[in-house]
Amino acid sequence: MSQLIVNRRSLIGGLAALPLLSGCDALNANPQFRKILSMGEVMHQHSQRALTARDALAPEYTRADLSPVFRANGSRMGDGPSYAAHVATGFRDWRVRVGGLVNTPLALSMADIRALPQRTQITRHDCVEGWSAIGEWQGAKLSAILAAAQLKDSAKYLVFRCADKIGGVPYYESIDLTDALHPQTILAWRLNQQALPVGNGAPLRLRIERQLGYKQAKFIESIEAVASLRGIGDGKGGYWEDRIDYEWYAGI
Amino acid sequence: MSTKAADIVAQPETKASPAAANDETLTKAARVYRHRWPTRIWHWTNAITLLVMVMSGLMIFNAYPRLHWGDYGAVADPAWLEIRSTADDGFLRVGSVEVKTTGVLGHWTNAEGETKRWAFPYWATIPSGYSLADGRRWHLLFAWVLAISMTLYMLWSLVSRHISRDLHVTRSEWSPRHILHDIKEHALLRFPTGEAAARYNVLQKFAYISVIFVMLPLMILTGLAMSPGFNATAPWILDLLGGRQSARSIHFITMLALIGFFFVHMAMVLLAGPINEVRSMLTGWFTLPQPKAPKGDAA
Repeated sequence: MSQLIVNRRSLIGGLAALPLLSGCDALNANPQFRKILSMGEVMHQHSQRALTARDALAPEYTRADLSPVFRANGSRMGDGPSYAAHVATGFRDWRVRVGGLVNTPLALSMADIRALPQRTQITRHDCVEGWSAIGEWQGAKLSAILAAAQLKDSAKYLVFRCADKIGGVPYYESIDLTDALHPQTILAWRLNQQALPVGNGAPLRLRIERQLGYKQAKFIESIEAVASLRGIGDGKGGYWEDRIDYEWYAGI
Repeated sequence: MSTKAADIVAQPETKASPAAANDETLTKAARVYRHRWPTRIWHWTNAITLLVMVMSGLMIFNAYPRLHWGDYGAVADPAWLEIRSTADDGFLRVGSVEVKTTGVLGHWTNAEGETKRWAFPYWATIPSGYSLADGRRWHLLFAWVLAISMTLYMLWSLVSRHISRDLHVTRSEWSPRHILHDIKEHALLRFPTGEAAARYNVLQKFAYISVIFVMLPLMILTGLAMSPGFNATAPWILDLLGGRQSARSIHFITMLALIGFFFVHMAMVLLAGPINEVRSMLTGWFTLPQPKAPKGDAA
């Protein structure tokens, strides 16, 4: 009986929605209409930046608020035997190269990272899918790394390249200098007072707390300062941005 | 014959027409100018926008078809609502009650006859094939249309006195007797005729006020609360709503309430005379329904 009702309802709903659906799907595939759709992202980025103090902090929580399990999502493992070798040696020989439009290129060991000015923060990680997890992060302030590397005036973005691959392609992400110099932006090497687990991006992952999870690059191998994102990947600034058109500005 | 009053013709009897003329007018199917142009434009803009918001929102929900209360919530945490699927079936669980929803939720067949196991089916989502990225593009652009048009409409309603004249619930309407009477009349499907039909009745006022001043602002507030960027701008919104996952739950529940309003709204339009009602929302002019004449005494 209930099965019958359900089927009839889906049939009616289906028939009523068909012209609408094909119309929306056609619009969704239309390059001109997609440009209009993308205006939303630009409007959100500019309005949020205009309404928000440059250093306004993402909410911070207490240890009582921590998620019992901090979910690991996306790639949970770096790629290939070389990453496995780093895991085996406790990332003793891991180096993060900082280059591009900087006056002083760096190659930072994990000991170097730990010796830099640190920040510890309990923040909420929001996946684009809709779930959230609260964790305690500790890491080197990205602003301190950039101060050491001395950004050139022409540098406008930072590109993060990662040791994980999805579909055979290394992950990459990018942020602008507003987020790069934000006080909560860190390269985290600890999660919940433990060494950062492999599933969460060991040995280092980016935390930019005012954006969604896919911006929080894991397994970071290098940071490149660039003037434009045009030459990076397909030019949209990140792995998912280039592949499925996720927003580059993931503040919403 | 038409009586053009300044407004939605809130009080036609006190405006242009003395009682006698009014009676005569009513017997000749009086027309009143019921909806001014900002109301009409906003109504249809909003209808399209909300349809897009619901359908693209269901696509976004499909990416993580579980709802939580509090600040955090992920697969390992308890969910108060969940749409899940097995190899053969789909299920909706709310609290501890689970119903099989195969064919509609969690396990359904798309237009090409392929079995899919996303929560909401293809005919309810934008786009019809799974794409969280594209659902977000639609949702986050039309959010602007919703917010801007609603802000403009609220401002206009205030300045034009649409609120004070047409939506304001008067003291006499607040009386329980009046409200109960209106509920009874609605339940018996007896709708106001003549000059009484020129004004919104109290249940209509409650419905419109709740949509314009409660549900839609709540949708925008809960939507903003889910934005990690806006959380830094206005952290108090999270405190007000009880955390991001609570905001997501309230967003979903309010969406269901808006769909509930839509179905009641459709039923009322159909019962009250769909052509006259839709025409009034297109042209502004509304023909006052005639009182049911005693038999053999038609006008």
